Formats: sequence, C-alpha cells, structure tokens
Amino acid sequence: MSLEQYKILSSRFGRDDGHKLSVYEAEGGYTALKKVMSTMKPGDVIEEVKESGLRGRGGAGFPTGVKWGFVPKDAAQVYFMVNADESEPGTFKDRYLMDYDPHQTIEGTIISCFAVNSSLAFIYIRGEFGWLVDRVQTAVDEAYAAGYLGKNILGSGFDLEVIVHKGAGAYICGEETGLINSVEGLKGQPSIKPPFPAIEGFLKQPTVVNNVESVAAVPWIINNGAAAYKNIGSEKSAGTKLFSVSGPIKNPGVYEIPLGMPFSEFFNDHLGGMVEGETLKAVIVGGSSVPILTAEEAMQVNLDYESLDEVGTFLGSGGMIIIPESSDMVELIQVLMHFYFDESCGQCTPCREGTGWLHQIIKKMRHGEGTADDLDLIEHVCQGMAGLTICALSDAAVMPMRSFIEKFRPEFEALIQETAPAGNASLWPRGE
Amino acid sequence: MDALIERYPTKASALMPCIWVVMDEVGYVPSDAVDLLVEKLEVSRARVYELLSFYTMFRTEPQAEHTLQVCHNISCHIMGARPLIAHIEKRLGIRLGKRTPDNMFALEGVECIGACGMGPCLQLGKHLYEDLTNEKMDVILDSLRKGIVPRADTDRLTVEGGA
Repeated sequence: MSLEQYKILSSRFGRDDGHKLSVYEAEGGYTALKKVMSTMKPGDVIEEVKESGLRGRGGAGFPTGVKWGFVPKDAAQVYFMVNADESEPGTFKDRYLMDYDPHQTIEGTIISCFAVNSSLAFIYIRGEFGWLVDRVQTAVDEAYAAGYLGKNILGSGFDLEVIVHKGAGAYICGEETGLINSVEGLKGQPSIKPPFPAIEGFLKQPTVVNNVESVAAVPWIINNGAAAYKNIGSEKSAGTKLFSVSGPIKNPGVYEIPLGMPFSEFFNDHLGGMVEGETLKAVIVGGSSVPILTAEEAMQVNLDYESLDEVGTFLGSGGMIIIPESSDMVELIQVLMHFYFDESCGQCTPCREGTGWLHQIIKKMRHGEGTADDLDLIEHVCQGMAGLTICALSDAAVMPMRSFIEKFRPEFEALIQETAPAGNASLWPRGE
Repeated sequence: MDALIERYPTKASALMPCIWVVMDEVGYVPSDAVDLLVEKLEVSRARVYELLSFYTMFRTEPQAEHTLQVCHNISCHIMGARPLIAHIEKRLGIRLGKRTPDNMFALEGVECIGACGMGPCLQLGKHLYEDLTNEKMDVILDSLRKGIVPRADTDRLTVEGGA
C-alpha cells in the first residue's frame, strides 16, 4: 500500500519551505479557518470533530471532540493548551509537525480555540526543543501579521492570543495537569482528577489540553468533512496516525499511516525490515510506557487502538521502538527504570519509592548480585505502584517492567543464576 | 521581562519564561537574579528555588563553556549511546557527570530528547547532533576546542517509506 494518499498531516514533511506562511497558504492553508469563521458556530466545529472520530494522539486516545464538549458553555474564560512537551521515549513526531509545518498546528489551534470559546492559548514546547520554540514563534508572529491571530480574526469578532511557552526539562509536564501547573509557574506536578481540567484547570478556569498531532488534524477534518476522515482507518480508530520509528531498521523516521495497518506490512514494506545482520526480537509500539510485544505477537497485530488493546498493549504516542535480537532485555529495562526513577515528580510515595526500588533491584541483578526471589519482589513492588497514584507515571513504569519479565523471563533468570558479572559483552558494562 | 509579564495572565505564570530570560542572558540563575524575579513577579524565594530545582534545564551554578548532553534512553541506547559516552569519556579524560579541569566541557547523560530515529544523539545548547559515531564526535570536539560550534546536521530523516 502506498502511503501517498494518506498525507493528511505530513504533506510538507521533509521540505525546506513548508514552515513558511506563504507556502502553507499557497497549498490551501488557512482555508479551514476561513470556512469556520464565515460559516460555522463553535458547536458545529465540536460536532464535526466528534463525528470524525479523532482521538487524542498524545497517548491516552480520548476522543478530542468529546473532550471539547465537557467545557461549560457559559464559562467566562476558557484556556487552551497545545501539548508539545513531547518526551515519551521513542517519540519524535510532534517535532516534525512543528519543524516542517508549524502553521498547520497554529490553524488547528485557532479553530480548536474557537470551538471551546478560548481567547488565550499556550503552545507548551519542551525546553530541549529550543530551535523549535524559535520556529513556532516565528510562525505565530507571521500568523499575527496576517490577521489570523489577535483581535477580530478575519472580521469574525473572535479574538485569540497565542503564547509559545518553553518547558525546562521535566517529562511529567506532558501529563495534562502537570502541564497546566507548569504554565501557572509551579513545579510540574500533576493534580488529582476530578476536577478534570475541562471544568477546572489553569487558574481554576476550564482548560483544554490537546496534543499537537490532534490539533494539527483539525484543519483537514474541517476542509474535508468528518465522514472523509472517518473513512480512513478502522472502525473504532478513525484517520491516520504518525508513528515515529527508531531502532536498527533500514528506514527509521516518521510515517503517517492509516490506522489499522498490519504491523507486518508496515515493518516489511515501509520500514524496510531490519538492517543487515539483525533480526527482530521485540517491538514497543507506542512509546516506552506501553507493554512490549514479542516479534511473533507484533507480526499478528494491526496498528489501531482496538487491536492493540486486545493484545494487552496500547497505541500510545506512536513512538515505535524496534528491538533487535542482539539486545539484552535486562539492560534495556534498566535503562527504562532509570528513566522513570529520574522523572518521577516525587509527589506520590508509591511512584517515588517504587520507581527507585525497581531501578535498584534491576541494577543489583546486573551487578551479579541477583537472588532467586528478586522477580517476586519486583512483582510485589509493582503491585504497590499500579493504579495507586495521582497520574499514570507509576503505571507507565510498571507496564514495561511487568511485560519485560513476562515475555523475556529466561533472560532475567539466566542473569540471576550467574554468580559474577558477565564481562563486557553487552553495550553497557554491567558494573555501572 | 516586563513584556513577558504583560502577556501572561498572572505575574506568577510568567515565572518560567522569566527564568529563561536569565538563563539565556547569564547561562545560569545567580542569586541576585533570584532577588530580581522575587521582586518583579511577587512570588516567594522558595517558589523560585522550587522551580530551579525541579526543572533540570535550569541551573544555579556557572556552567562549563560547552555542556555535552548525550541521550542515554532506550532508542539511543540500542543504537550505541553507551559506547559513544565511553568514547567521549576517554577523549576528555572525565567520567559522565563531570567537567574538564579547564571548564571547557561538561559531560551529561540525559533522557530522551526526541531524536530517537537518528540515535545516538547529542544536544549542545540549541544544537542537536544526530546519527553520531566516534569519528563524528571527534570532529565536534575538535571543532569546539577551536571555538567553532559545528553546524548541527540535524533531522531530515526519511519520511514516508524510504530515503
């Protein structure tokens, strides 16, 4: 299957001039905004997006239009936040959207704000993407100059200010309440839900937080209609999805595919298979937080929400990590547990302590000091973490931890049975 | 800073961008800048320090001339981040997390910086270097020693099925 006809979000990817307003306009940019401003009411936009079946592309997969519908209609002030804090390991798709096509996201933001009646939006970009902050800010400035932002947009009476907000290095700010707190000038620690942000968020006002990719899909849906969008993909997973694919494959990169494509087709026809000398061992389909699939499992699944749910994993962010046979799974899980330990915001005890425990136990095993009951201890720690915290970071550590042991248990057992560190055969000397 | 404070809905919400102004100006946030932030934004000193300690990109000490941040998360790990770090350690004669005695380089391991498709990668300020090898790393280090920040040969990955 050629992917050419599915370029809804990625038509300007890889080009040198796609970020410019003149190019975006010449290729039909801002026509959706004009259509909305001249012919639609906020409720119409919400209905159209609901009808399209668009689901949140940041990871949770919550229907975007439904989320918008939660905002009280009589609210005096609504805030809108574009979540561009892309930090899920393996994910680098939003970077492409902002780098190659910032105006698509800005147009989507304006339409989304119109739908929920917001007059102030923030685009929260992770601090590490310093050059993208500049790129998006330049595009925002262009949009102001062209009258797409500011007061009385296109003569409609609708006002919108957009602030590009730069993060400063905290994975947890990708969680929507963490992100809101961060913009308030606080530590980016998540808040308990309910109240949900759509009712009470930024400065205690209704606030909608949407991922860049969700927002970027809105102009196409408005231009082409909900039915056209729903026509792409599978029954419960409408539209296209960006997958950012990493690992020792022939063609790593960002791909836009219709949801529902079999992994095997994606892997063989588009990713080009493994590089010479490597074979496929496992796949993490949606960012490091989702349960891992063995190569055999991956080859049977379709890439959509419901198929991945069925095999016990998630579509997540679309950050696909391809793991070769040569990888030491205990080593990889140590890398991940170090990450979650590092990024736990420290607010909830099960997460703060649990991520540290998991990291310590794995580290101990890799120092050649593992004991027979360590795997039971890991499970015990996981039970004390899963579902018991304010946000999902704790679960995000537990899911890979459990699935790595479940699917690659012999590797953990072999390491425990060794009495001394096994030299430097692995990428990462075990004594570290 | 005043322009930023003007744009944000509350003074306190302008705290992060104002800290960035200081970071960009000075390279770190010295204590007299904290005084300034407290005064301008009408927040407590504790609140400013809370943010400075929570967000890893904010620094309260003078930094090395070049802070080399190598991603050591899973995708880069699979593609060889550890051997690359070992190579830099050897070249600079320092361990991860340390800086050279002449204060020219600091070497840090960082979590995923969104360059997974072209790992291993290195962040240097606003520059991102991808698809690194020991040889490319040497070119970067030699260039930095001469005072030249090499052009970041960043992104432009394959998009849509093949190069």
